[in-house]
Amino acid sequence: MDTALGGIISFLITFATMASIYAIFSMGLNVHWGYTGLLNFGIAGFFALGAYTSALVTSRMPTGALANYVKQVFGLGMPFPIGVLAAAIVAGLIAIPVGLLTLRLSEGYLAIATIGISESIRIFFNNESWLANGPQGLIGLPQPLRSLVSPDYYNFVYLAIVVIFLVIVYLALERGIRSPWGRVLRAIREDETMSEADGKNVFLFKLQSLVLGAVIMGIGGSLYAHFSAAIQPSVFEPLFGTFIIWTMLTLGGTGNNKGAILGAFIVWAIWSWSTYLINQVVPPGFQTRAPYIRYILIGLILVIVMVRRPKGLIGEERQVSRF
Amino acid sequence: MPELIVYGIVLGSIIALGSIGLTLIWGITDLFNIAHGDQMTAGAYLALLFATLFSRINFLNTRAGPFSFNWSLVLAFIPAILISMALAIVVDRWVYAPMRKGKAHSIAGFIASIGVAWCLRGLIYIVWGADFKFYTPGLRQMLFLPMGIKLRVDEIFIMLISWSAVAAVYLFLLKAKMGKALRALADNPDLARIAGINTEMMIAWAWGIAGLLITIAGILYGIETQLRPEMGWIFLLPLFAAVILGGQGSITGALAGGLILGLAQQISTAWLRPTYKPAIAFIIMILVLIFRPKGIFGRR
Repeated sequence: MDTALGGIISFLITFATMASIYAIFSMGLNVHWGYTGLLNFGIAGFFALGAYTSALVTSRMPTGALANYVKQVFGLGMPFPIGVLAAAIVAGLIAIPVGLLTLRLSEGYLAIATIGISESIRIFFNNESWLANGPQGLIGLPQPLRSLVSPDYYNFVYLAIVVIFLVIVYLALERGIRSPWGRVLRAIREDETMSEADGKNVFLFKLQSLVLGAVIMGIGGSLYAHFSAAIQPSVFEPLFGTFIIWTMLTLGGTGNNKGAILGAFIVWAIWSWSTYLINQVVPPGFQTRAPYIRYILIGLILVIVMVRRPKGLIGEERQVSRF
Repeated sequence: MPELIVYGIVLGSIIALGSIGLTLIWGITDLFNIAHGDQMTAGAYLALLFATLFSRINFLNTRAGPFSFNWSLVLAFIPAILISMALAIVVDRWVYAPMRKGKAHSIAGFIASIGVAWCLRGLIYIVWGADFKFYTPGLRQMLFLPMGIKLRVDEIFIMLISWSAVAAVYLFLLKAKMGKALRALADNPDLARIAGINTEMMIAWAWGIAGLLITIAGILYGIETQLRPEMGWIFLLPLFAAVILGGQGSITGALAGGLILGLAQQISTAWLRPTYKPAIAFIIMILVLIFRPKGIFGRR
């Protein structure tokens, strides 16, 4: 393959993979915020739980000299699908006590409480080295179907895996929101008291919504871990773990799964392509600082969308059912 | 332990000072301002900018009495505060004021304030870089008090300034006509509007006060530790906890909450690693949210 062209293709494949993983998170958030009106600002917490669970389940305990440097609580060496499954289950299970603690709080408090929980999870992984090697994190995570193709083409395989998950999550959610269950969620978002008067157990529906979204975020975390093949607590800081996903969903269109995916691709394009552009344009002396222009870009998108177009690029479909 | 209590009071003073603006804005406009922490960082860095400028004047480039910083920093408080106040008011006019007309404005504002926070932090990273900065490098003088308490001379300055600023704002809210109007607005916005109070004007004042106090808090925190672009974001978490502990819109509550948070965070280091300090703030906050969501002094 021609090297220049190869570089562009490899860049695009990496871009599409990351954007698809973020699209999965964005759809998970859409279940919470878009459909049910839950202000979950703790995406990074479920992201971290999914990523770490999958990493611990699929990797093996370090042996020999490595064991002196890498500590982890266990390493089961299971195949990738088991890792994804475990990630989904653990994120979903942890969502239950989180929901029991926080879902009775009003909107703003819920947001703050979930930031607090996700930060506590990150700080815990950072400090407790026995669990998953503390700040250094885990590296060399196994990648599925690695031996299938030569390493040069492996990213195509992984992109295909991520896209399969993206499609499954999308179809499942579209079906879910068009079901009676999905309509109850939207009713709760619009008017909690009214839904209660209609005999719906609002708290239970909110809890189900929180768990479903968390399961999706856990899957996303697992996919991220095996793509980058390395995770450390700094990945799960609120900026990349939570707020960028909020920007994606609000830009794309809250309450619309297509919007969630669109927003993820646009925001990730701005983020990753501006890195590339900055490296080309900015003089070398300024290159360590210039990437922070991206913070301003993402921040401006969020502000402008909220002030000018709170529904996002594609707003919610008013009618989701034919009957 | 007595040493940890003293450190807790020093940290608590800064948290108390920073949390007043947060609770004021929350009480008056229902907005939980995520950008408050980054406004703190911006204030601290603005002071650094002006302190460096002023240090070209010879007589300002000398130590301010027994403290570890120069007179140039003392003078730099003034322009840093003025610019921060102006910035806070301008951001409110551009971002939050247009939203106030819509319903669910407090959530829209909350999300937008994350964007504001990113913009500020990006700007700080670009102008000053990611490295730690100090107002004045060099040794810091220590005081040896009874019971084995070691206190930096600077920490006396920190407590002095923060509590005088708190007292001044408190008096303003209690006595001045403007202050009374602000409290009326925080208490019952609709009634205040009917009584002829210009609410938008009052909100601008509240943002000004918030900008003033958070800048002082930022500079003091910079003197206590060092300047880094994430300092305010990390500090935001205890600020939130203090405000929630105190109750929405309650200044007294924020002061008490700030002191409690400072003490709890420092005393926890007797048993836990200092890196767990932010987690302590979270745990306190979540416990308050579950058992007494109104806060100690809250009415709503």
